Amino acid sequence: MSASARVRHADPFPPHWGGRALKLLVVVYALYAASTLDVTWSRFVSGLGNGAVFIARMFPPQTAPDKLQLLYEGTLESLQIAILATFFGVLLSLPLGFLAARNLMPRPVVWVARAFIALCRSLHPVIVAILFVKAVGFGALAGALALVVASLGFISKLFGEAIEEIDMKPVEAARAAGGSFLGVTIMAVLPQVAARFIGFASYQFDSNLRNSTMVGIVGGGGIGAPLFTAYQRFDYDFVLTILITVIALVLATEALTGRLRRLFQ
Amino acid sequence: MTAAATTPPPRWVRFTPLQRLGRFATYLVTVAAVVWSLKTIEIIPEFLYDAPEQTLDLFRRMWPFDWSYYPKAIHAALIETFHIATLGTLLSLVVAVPFAVLGARNVTRVPALNWLANFVFVASRSVNSLIWALLFVAIFGPGALAGTLAIACRSIGFVGKLLSEALEEARPGPVEALTALGAPGPHVLLKGYWPQIEPGFWSVTLLRWDINIRESSVLGLVGAGGIGVALDAALSNLYWDQAGLILAIILVVVLVVEVLTSTLRRRII
Repeated sequence: MSASARVRHADPFPPHWGGRALKLLVVVYALYAASTLDVTWSRFVSGLGNGAVFIARMFPPQTAPDKLQLLYEGTLESLQIAILATFFGVLLSLPLGFLAARNLMPRPVVWVARAFIALCRSLHPVIVAILFVKAVGFGALAGALALVVASLGFISKLFGEAIEEIDMKPVEAARAAGGSFLGVTIMAVLPQVAARFIGFASYQFDSNLRNSTMVGIVGGGGIGAPLFTAYQRFDYDFVLTILITVIALVLATEALTGRLRRLFQ
Repeated sequence: MTAAATTPPPRWVRFTPLQRLGRFATYLVTVAAVVWSLKTIEIIPEFLYDAPEQTLDLFRRMWPFDWSYYPKAIHAALIETFHIATLGTLLSLVVAVPFAVLGARNVTRVPALNWLANFVFVASRSVNSLIWALLFVAIFGPGALAGTLAIACRSIGFVGKLLSEALEEARPGPVEALTALGAPGPHVLLKGYWPQIEPGFWSVTLLRWDINIRESSVLGLVGAGGIGVALDAALSNLYWDQAGLILAIILVVVLVVEVLTSTLRRRII
């Protein structure tokens, strides 16, 4: 990396051989992996034909009253799942986030809490929904519980990290003044993280809303079930109607939560 | 949260009345939404009574795992999942980088192109990867190809948006120096911007790869290849001992990948 002493102006962009070797390795891997995908020209061409048929069958979007009723009920249920999952997820993440903060808790507690958080985060919400469908039966409850687990995984992690970044001086002051654990938490810790917590919660609501439209694929309630059924029946025009609704809902919610975050900074 | 300090005469108020109104309205709407959802969500109580029993039954059926299923079907599916996630991430980079350059307002000074790039990012992000997978399965048939394309399409928005933000935050100094020397556009990009955003680029790539490993594990449920296909087969045959093994393997892989990527990212930044 270092140029010899004679040269006054070292090469400002010295070659990084290790990095280059790594990039070459990635390219070789990509070629190998692509070869296992079984992509042939004929498959691509027939795919284009399928795609054209697929898109042609999507238009015009289905707007029959009975289908719209189905769409309305499913979307409403997705919304309910997202709201409840975010609410309970946030509620439970508060204590869990505290337990995962290294500056407030003893080490063993932190490790147990972090292991639990990692567990919640590691499975995709749709897979968690499969387990809850078995446990509590088909329907919105299974989907909501799955998303509570996902919310726990994300918010507690971020919340724990936010608590670790706080200024410890108010905490020490509150302790020196004889504050109880609860008093220290409420007066010295929470005010420092409350604004960020609201931000995390609103992000999680966006994410939960996206996923609440998907848990229906495995029986977790919401718009996912009508979507998947319509897809399997080749009712692609209804698929398009649902997709448009879902995307509009997600974008509208994102705009709304974005404004909220600005309001709460 | 409306902490108003009541010290000396010119009374200092933290928020304007409008802000306070907005905050109050937010709390009100949140509570109303939760109450409404709780009251109207459809929960079948009969299913709830035997939930503990069903959960116990679930674990009893899962254990012991059917280890013989691993060499038969899981191993190949696991490798395929890895291919889907990695190839999808790489493919998304190929598309996302040019759009990121188009989307960065300080690099591309054409508002229409900025708008176009942002439109692509929003379109890509607002469609769930499972929905992308449904679309590509309909087009290219079931298999890993559909999964790879789905992962790629979903990642373009994520990677592209973060990259174009990184480009916009790049210091203008080196760029101006190169421009003043008369360097052509590509050189400015490669030597002025790229060294500044390279750590961020790899960090974003690794982060997305981590997410994609997780996401590609479910694509098989809609027929887009990977370990989800094996999971779907096990579930529809009610072979919970196989399903349990698959879940455990996904868990381990995801945890290992997360530790790996977070270690790498900490070294890069």
